[in-house]
Amino acid sequence: MKRAVVFLLCLAALALVLYPIVWLISASLTPVEDLVSNLRSLFPGRVTTDGYRGALEGAGGESFWTFLGNSTIVASGAVIGNVVSCSLAAYAFARLRFRLNGPLFAFALVTIMLPAHVTLIPQYVVFQQLGMIDTFVPLILPKLLATDAFFVFLMVQFMRGIPAELDEAAKIDGCGPIRNYRYVVLPLSRPAMVTTAIFTFIWTWNDFFSQLIYLSSTENYTIPMGLRLFIDQTSSSSYGPMFAMSVLSLVPIGLFFLAFQRFLVAGVATTGLKG
Amino acid sequence: MPYLFLGPWLLGAIGLTVAPMVVSLYLSFTDYDLFNEPQWVGLDNYAKLFGDDPRYLQSVGVTLKYVAWSVPLKLVLALAVALLLNSLRGKGQAFFRSAFYAPSLLGASVGLALAWRAIFDTWVDLPDTSLVTIVLLSAWQFGAPMVIFLAGLQQIPRDLFDAAAVDGAGWWRKLASITLPMLSPVLFFNLVLETIHAFQAFTQAFVVSGGRGGPADSTLFYTLYLYERGFTEFRMGYASAMAWVLLVAIALITAVLFRTSRYWVFYGDER
Repeated sequence: MKRAVVFLLCLAALALVLYPIVWLISASLTPVEDLVSNLRSLFPGRVTTDGYRGALEGAGGESFWTFLGNSTIVASGAVIGNVVSCSLAAYAFARLRFRLNGPLFAFALVTIMLPAHVTLIPQYVVFQQLGMIDTFVPLILPKLLATDAFFVFLMVQFMRGIPAELDEAAKIDGCGPIRNYRYVVLPLSRPAMVTTAIFTFIWTWNDFFSQLIYLSSTENYTIPMGLRLFIDQTSSSSYGPMFAMSVLSLVPIGLFFLAFQRFLVAGVATTGLKG
Repeated sequence: MPYLFLGPWLLGAIGLTVAPMVVSLYLSFTDYDLFNEPQWVGLDNYAKLFGDDPRYLQSVGVTLKYVAWSVPLKLVLALAVALLLNSLRGKGQAFFRSAFYAPSLLGASVGLALAWRAIFDTWVDLPDTSLVTIVLLSAWQFGAPMVIFLAGLQQIPRDLFDAAAVDGAGWWRKLASITLPMLSPVLFFNLVLETIHAFQAFTQAFVVSGGRGGPADSTLFYTLYLYERGFTEFRMGYASAMAWVLLVAIALITAVLFRTSRYWVFYGDER
């Protein structure tokens, strides 16, 4: 009896949680005339793919595929950068002994809490003087330098759990730190790597602030920036493509979520990722 | 040898964190438009912020209001749903936990914010309700703290509840005397994290308000105003001062939260 009530409550909450997503998908399939006359009908009487055709044409003179390609480059670069640079730093913090280990790791933890705005303007000035505004460099380079210290923390936590005897054994077999990292610790840290890769991908895919600041020409726009072109348009004829492109922008996140939900939920539960 | 591994991180920490922080502190005492040399103006920027810029004070007010509403609302929802899910077991719990977590991933996107703006189109256009829609969008993403709460709930030893049941404690009594005290470290963690993030909210406000913080500056978030001053008017000195005030404000509020935690956060090893 009690279980049934809890279950029904959960179903009710689920309906509320899913409503905006269902609404968006339905709006993307609704003919523009119906959208304007009755913006809130969840199940359109007529279905059209005009919105998707419009979305693929893109916005601001660039096709959707340009935005998709740019988003993919930025997100892939960020994933590779974070996985490589954060795992290197984490290995040093978790498995190597050196005098500044404690203080430097404490400093890394502090930078997690730092609002990006205090470093933003000088970073922008430097990239501007290097002529790198409107390129992907300012979006990817920070990841290559492990500025997402959060993931360093995540991997340190994980690597500390790997038995120290393995390091000893590797040492006896003649492995230095580099081979120990490459052949012992790295393969055993796969879950932490996967968690880092997925979260980096999703956050970069969604990221808007830095792309808004650094990308200026339409041909370099990522998907969020392409969507932004719709924000200023008030004409109702753009509703269809806007909702359709919104749906398309969420598809990769949805797929990643379905494929890796265990990693994602476990990652949040153990480290308190902001999600 | 360790510094070989630390190299990239160290380079980033110095070149992209420490040095830029120092430079932005310096810029906050200057007039700087990106093209001419910075002009030293002393405390002028800070004086202007608090004495001569009503829109700045408006942005502070909007942000504080947003933090004060969105953080408690999100955490209460997260805790309530976590308690609900904790009484389910096995596949049902895993399914709902994943499903409720999904908005935390989707809600940060421009695409979903555009949908949100259209769903609440009548509220978005009114100064009295526009901020409410952004608070609701934040509350909708209760999944991430919920997952953390649920993990915390599962750490509470069951024999505490059994002992309480023997003593005749009801559901509310157990919640107040066992669950909440035992969960207080997790609650504290979520509170600090969500507060820090709420102060920096940007994307949702940008999209829902059409990029301008409207109507009538009712959704002029702090970061939105910083963006406007720094990156559309190129008043980099002024924007740097804003960034430093934000940093100090977040640090102070975090410090205050840590101070109060002595009185309400219970760590198991205390007697």
